[in-house]
Amino acid sequence: MARYGMVIDTTKCVGCMDCVVACKTENGVPEGYDRDWITTEAAGKHPTVHLEIRSERCNHCDNPPCVDCCPTGASHVHEYGGVVLVTHNVCIGCKACIASCPYDARFVHPDGYVDKCTFCIHRVEQGLQPACVSVCPTRCMHFGNLDDPHSEVSTLLASRRNHPLLPEAGTQPRIFYLT
Amino acid sequence: MHELTLTRHNELIDPALHIWGWQIPVYLFLGGMVAGFMIIAGYFTLKGHHKHSDFASFYLPHISLVFLTAGMFALFLDLEHKVFVWRLYLTFEPTSPMSWGSWILLLVYPALWLNTLVSIPASFRNRIPIFDRISAQINRHPFLIKNIGTLNMVLGGLLGMYTGVLLSALGARPLWNSAMLWVLFLTSGLSSAAAFVHLLTTDKTERETLAKADNGFLIFELFVIALFFVGMLTSTAPHQAAARLLLNGPYAAVFWTFVIVLGILVPLMIQLLAVNHRVKHTIVAPLLVIAGGLILRFVIVLAGQASHWTKVASHF
Repeated sequence: MARYGMVIDTTKCVGCMDCVVACKTENGVPEGYDRDWITTEAAGKHPTVHLEIRSERCNHCDNPPCVDCCPTGASHVHEYGGVVLVTHNVCIGCKACIASCPYDARFVHPDGYVDKCTFCIHRVEQGLQPACVSVCPTRCMHFGNLDDPHSEVSTLLASRRNHPLLPEAGTQPRIFYLT
Repeated sequence: MHELTLTRHNELIDPALHIWGWQIPVYLFLGGMVAGFMIIAGYFTLKGHHKHSDFASFYLPHISLVFLTAGMFALFLDLEHKVFVWRLYLTFEPTSPMSWGSWILLLVYPALWLNTLVSIPASFRNRIPIFDRISAQINRHPFLIKNIGTLNMVLGGLLGMYTGVLLSALGARPLWNSAMLWVLFLTSGLSSAAAFVHLLTTDKTERETLAKADNGFLIFELFVIALFFVGMLTSTAPHQAAARLLLNGPYAAVFWTFVIVLGILVPLMIQLLAVNHRVKHTIVAPLLVIAGGLILRFVIVLAGQASHWTKVASHF
């Protein structure tokens, strides 16, 4: 059983937002909403200010609080790749999952259900890459099976310094940023 | 410096989470007060006071049914995908406090209804034959009355606890992520319920009893709030930042003025003087307690959404 994850090289990402546009196009994300976005984080003190540009989305956590708090089972871990998904016609729109996500990765779709990144599971099941990964012009995004030690993502994580987002929140996110 | 810039601007999420408006605090307040009503009414039923129809507590199960229905309607209004609300009752999700709550609410209604049948008010007798028959059956078996009283107290306790656990289980919002929150909401619910009876009753014994009980609840609530902040301030940086939202941040003025001073300290002082026969009982103290309980839920729900991990966490 695969355990899908993503590795994003922040030293290559230029924040062009191609990933954002590709996601909106592929998934029909309504105007005014984003399943993925660009975060620019600047920290430090002159002359040692660090700048990191990241393409962010749902982290498809190994310990997903959004799944735990869902009262109907709409938020669930999909058997294919352990991807965290929402079944639209089971979601009641209580928004507990939105409140439970430390990454603010979810939103209420104008049709009423809660929506978020799916890792483009409909493409992955056909052997394709997620839309955001497939269009990245700097090839900074990598998608694959984290449980396979020979996969591209596992090799990158083994060889490069990296960090996930908010590991202290205990969600065990599956997106890692190379630095 | 530490600066985060996001291109995302999702409705209800950015620039700060504001998914829950007035409906959730109103529901939490009404649910908490009904929990208090059930514990008080259950206690009186257990002690055989259900025979005194001149007690305001006699009508608490009836009032509870109205208040709980109003609270659940507020909760329903908050749902974004209302036509699928029935999905709550096709599953039980043990890790979801909201799932626990929806099933607890389903048990609360029959328990309240049974408590109304222990002693039907004179004006309602002989109207619906089946209710009279059930009431007569209950009264033929005193152990049933005691069990109904106990059941109401237990379910009232669960209802009051769940309203707090509902929020504290959401670890991404540090202000809510406290094991003290359910104790605070349960105590506040009991306090508001006692104040409500104090407000309505014309019986001196009942008023004195409930005013004294309310004083106890208010003093206990102060301790709970103090311990809530001790827990927050000795926890992680996001929790400390969350506590400061109430202590000296943007929600401090409302919290200190309407929750602590006008919602607890002032009515406590008035009621302490009243139970010691220094001043007469008036509607001022119970009204302040009830308003304080409602504002507490608003402050906790709104400030909790403003508390966050990323505002203080850095990835460098």
